[in-house]
Amino acid sequence: MVAIDIGTFFDTVLAWLQNTWTSLCADFYLNFIKEDRWKYLVRGLGVTLEVALFAAIAGIILGALLAIIRTTADKTGRLRFLNWLAKLYITVIRGTPVVVQLLIINFVIFSSVFVDTVLVAIIAFGLNSAAYVAEVFRSGIMSIDEGQFEAGRSLGFNYGQTMWHIVMPQAFKNVLPALANEFITLLKETSVSGYIGLMDLTKAGDIIRSRTFAAFMPLIAVALVYLIMVVVLSAGVSRLERRLRNGTR
Amino acid sequence: MAQGNPLIEVQGLKKYFGKVHALDDITETIYEGEVVAVIGPSGSGKSTFLRSLNLLEVPTEGHVLMEGVDITDPKTDINKLRQKMGMVFQQFNLFPHMTILKNLTLAPMKLQKLSEAEANERAMALLTRVGLADRANAYPVQLSGGQKQRIAIVRALAMKPDVMLFDEPTSALDPEMVGEVLEVMRGLARDGMTMVVVTHEMGFAREVASRVLFMDGGRIVEQNTPQELFDHPKSERLKNFLAKVL
Repeated sequence: MVAIDIGTFFDTVLAWLQNTWTSLCADFYLNFIKEDRWKYLVRGLGVTLEVALFAAIAGIILGALLAIIRTTADKTGRLRFLNWLAKLYITVIRGTPVVVQLLIINFVIFSSVFVDTVLVAIIAFGLNSAAYVAEVFRSGIMSIDEGQFEAGRSLGFNYGQTMWHIVMPQAFKNVLPALANEFITLLKETSVSGYIGLMDLTKAGDIIRSRTFAAFMPLIAVALVYLIMVVVLSAGVSRLERRLRNGTR
Repeated sequence: MAQGNPLIEVQGLKKYFGKVHALDDITETIYEGEVVAVIGPSGSGKSTFLRSLNLLEVPTEGHVLMEGVDITDPKTDINKLRQKMGMVFQQFNLFPHMTILKNLTLAPMKLQKLSEAEANERAMALLTRVGLADRANAYPVQLSGGQKQRIAIVRALAMKPDVMLFDEPTSALDPEMVGEVLEVMRGLARDGMTMVVVTHEMGFAREVASRVLFMDGGRIVEQNTPQELFDHPKSERLKNFLAKVL
């Protein structure tokens, strides 16, 4: 009696496994292999990386500039007007959703001139990231003891040289984790690029879903690719942190 | 005592922090080759006075002349003049992200355009002088407080300054490390370096200083040779102060 029951049970499980496997394979074939649909994902990934990388570079440059204006004004009382502008900029950017900023830049600012959509996305995400990077850099500069600054000045370095040789290198090391966090956020935020008709990684997955009417495979694949990118980015930053740890343990 | 030429001339120096008069009309001259110790209770303005000499503290009123040049004049290149005025801080303020050697060579290379070889040579000579040549490639965090302060002194000396300003150089040190730092300063004084030292080390002031200024309430209340000042104080305030610290 019992032996027969176990045999039936195994048969059932085996059949279920076989069915699932067959349907997964069919699903995989349908979503990625048929009509070369995997190429959507590859192209989408390319766009996501391009937008994230150049937006990050723009964000660092503009963010550093904003941070320098803010801290110079705080430390020396100069650049008051620029400081006011920088504060206004940071408030507006941080106070509105990035999707809305992206739409405004695409449909309002560049409404009458043709600009490549990838470039529009780079500009939008770069401008957005700069506001956050500025605050990260500023907190880093402010975290450096005033004595470091005075030591630099007392040796005869001017304000800029003291910042560049003494304060900034220490500040950068201190803010590296926060900066990495910002880039992870940026990378994932580019997933709203579809709103302006850009086929990034997320949009690519969505296009496949709309063609195949199978949501599971393409969306999980997209999620996995983001996850892998973030894990790789985090590992890279950890290595950099270890390399910069000289002297301050 | 033989006096050299005036090196730093302070004229009618006033510094207000809000309503507090940290410096209340100070006129004083530091001569070449002098070792001037500045003593006084905390809050007497002695650190503010010292920090005004190289304009780390911008005076509210008055002038400071370094080798005849008014450093309080906005047209003066203060960075050029600061190169001639070495400063040592209570908290050392070594650059933690650089090796000891780099701490010493950074300013000479960037500001005096020394080649790396020249700067290294100068730095190693200074490190040897304070007995720390073997720590050239260490980072500040690996040093003791006394070692850090000796490095801070030679970092300032690497610019070949005409005067050295010390802002309570031994106050942040463990007692057993005070001696090694004072020894370096004693050596500097013997070599004829002009020094202004804000200090709580009365023994050092008595032994090394050529002149002692006693400050209280933002003024120089009394000044004299160390023997006279410590053994025959004239003002009540100095007598009170010495009774507490000696």
